[in-house]
Amino acid sequence: MKQYVLQRFLQMIVILFGTSFIIFFLFAMLPGDYIDSNISLTPQRAQELKALYGLDQPVLQRYFTWLGNALHGDFGYSLKHQEKVLSLLNKYVWNSFFVAIFALVLTWSIALVSGVISAIKQYSWFDGFVTFFVFAAMSFPSFFISLLFIKWFGVDLQILPIGGMIDTGSDSTGLAHLLEVGKHMILPVTILTLLSIGSLTRYFRTGMLEVIRQDYIRTARAKGLKERVVIFKHALKNAILPAITLLAFELPGLFSGAIIMEQIFNWPGVGRIQLESVSFRDYPVLMAFTMFLSCLTIIGNFLADVTYAAVDPRIRLK
Amino acid sequence: MNETLLQVKHLQTNFYTENGVVKAVNDVSFAIREGETVCIVGESGCGKSITALSLMQLIPENGKVEGGEINFSGKNLLDLSKKDIRRLRGNEIGMIFQEPMTSLNPVFTIGEQMIEPIQEHLLLSKKDAYKKAMELITMLGIPNAEKIVNLYPHELSGGMLQRIMIAIALSCNPKLIIADEPTTALDVTIQAQILDLLRDIKKEFNTSMLLITHDLGVVAEMADYVVVMYAGKVVEEGPVLELFKNPQHPYTKGLLKAKPVIGERKDRLYTIAGQVPNLVDLHEACYFADRCEHAMDICRMKQPVLTEIAKGQKAACWLYEDGENR
Repeated sequence: MKQYVLQRFLQMIVILFGTSFIIFFLFAMLPGDYIDSNISLTPQRAQELKALYGLDQPVLQRYFTWLGNALHGDFGYSLKHQEKVLSLLNKYVWNSFFVAIFALVLTWSIALVSGVISAIKQYSWFDGFVTFFVFAAMSFPSFFISLLFIKWFGVDLQILPIGGMIDTGSDSTGLAHLLEVGKHMILPVTILTLLSIGSLTRYFRTGMLEVIRQDYIRTARAKGLKERVVIFKHALKNAILPAITLLAFELPGLFSGAIIMEQIFNWPGVGRIQLESVSFRDYPVLMAFTMFLSCLTIIGNFLADVTYAAVDPRIRLK
Repeated sequence: MNETLLQVKHLQTNFYTENGVVKAVNDVSFAIREGETVCIVGESGCGKSITALSLMQLIPENGKVEGGEINFSGKNLLDLSKKDIRRLRGNEIGMIFQEPMTSLNPVFTIGEQMIEPIQEHLLLSKKDAYKKAMELITMLGIPNAEKIVNLYPHELSGGMLQRIMIAIALSCNPKLIIADEPTTALDVTIQAQILDLLRDIKKEFNTSMLLITHDLGVVAEMADYVVVMYAGKVVEEGPVLELFKNPQHPYTKGLLKAKPVIGERKDRLYTIAGQVPNLVDLHEACYFADRCEHAMDICRMKQPVLTEIAKGQKAACWLYEDGENR
């Protein structure tokens, strides 16, 4: 096990270098850079600025400069925001994170419960309702359902704010601030949950259906165990094992921001920063953020393997 | 002999499938006395496993026990509530299944799975339940009980797992053990060990046993009384010696002829021609008529009734009906 972790750790480092290289070159291949997009500059001034930012150097050299700095923990300045990349990301990433984590917890708990109940009462009205509902929720485009909710809850009923993270001009602190942010979060979290709940519910339902037909479930019943124990101990543990992998894959998603939702709800999340950094060719932000996400993806994968081995006795890592 | 422990009367279990109603168990009656071993024999799909599962009320969702009585120590199991049935399962009736490899939950240790019924029915503490589980493991001839309880099913062989299954079935001192093809999935050498074990247990605890099998060798070794099933119906039943010595129903005769005999070399083993009929929408007839060497006109028109032919031996066949009954 120790050896496996060490081996995987070394692999992770190699993969990260490879990813950084590929990402850097892919972005460098995009035509234009931050200076080119500013048409008000004279060619001479543009040239000066490019030299200042190092954009006139060959790509390979730029990569190694970036890599060298990054290894020292220096991810540079955002060209657009004129702020240290790390502090910029730090400012926005948590806004996205809290929405995402609430949505994740909600999605998983609702999907787990409704998926399991759907499975044990297969073809009942509850199952039919859940199936219909999750497919409907999944099929709506996110912008449409967001706008619809804004109209219903924000405009018609006026019970929820239509966007932003705090009320305009608000300077509340402490608990009042938390409540205010919480209130603004309701709609974004609901939308994200609705959009992702469908596939997961179906996933749990299928997993559970497969498991409750297994011989060992019959054995558990033949032992005279309570139906509750049969379902929630014997069946559930087997059904949720494969989902652990999925959960680990959600890790980068927690920090990546939700671009469309953030646009519509005017949520100051990191998704928008990311989008801007692509359109303005803000390389330092782009690189730092993409590398951050690939790190999380790789760590997520690693965690999936390790936790799977920890909970499923049939898997032993060598 | 002893008192009757289990009496099954006119049991009827139907399955509702897309193609129609399958009468998997069609008017089956038999009895098991205390300390007796009854074997149900038949081909795959003849309804023998479903008969066993009907007793435990563990049949798959699309099936339903739709008639008859299952009297077990004075109670009709079909009248009991779900809760009472649950209290009976694993407690008064223990069950052993065909596939030991898949019959145990892969994500719990042997110990965890063994103590469940003990805690549930005997209300022992976890510690005492573990102690009892280890005693059972040792009793069934598996060394290192302390180690075994902490292992997972995939770490044990099929024979070992079947012993564990037997231990689980035995753990609450049941009056009846139902063994549904307990040796089918095992090697021949292990089969013999498991059968010996079952016999010893039966002797020691004076439990009754309902053994479901398609292996006539197993029947000869284990049974006191044999019930032969075909297409959901009992075609012949009788004490094991009489049945083997003097089979009456053409199907039983065929089964016995199809069994290879050691020391006798044949180019070809005897087979019963044809296949088990489709159990959907069977019309009134002897279901074996199409495969029967002695089929007569009446066999395709009317169903024969199980009647006593020799002492204690019953068969359902027109060959033995008197002329006037036709």
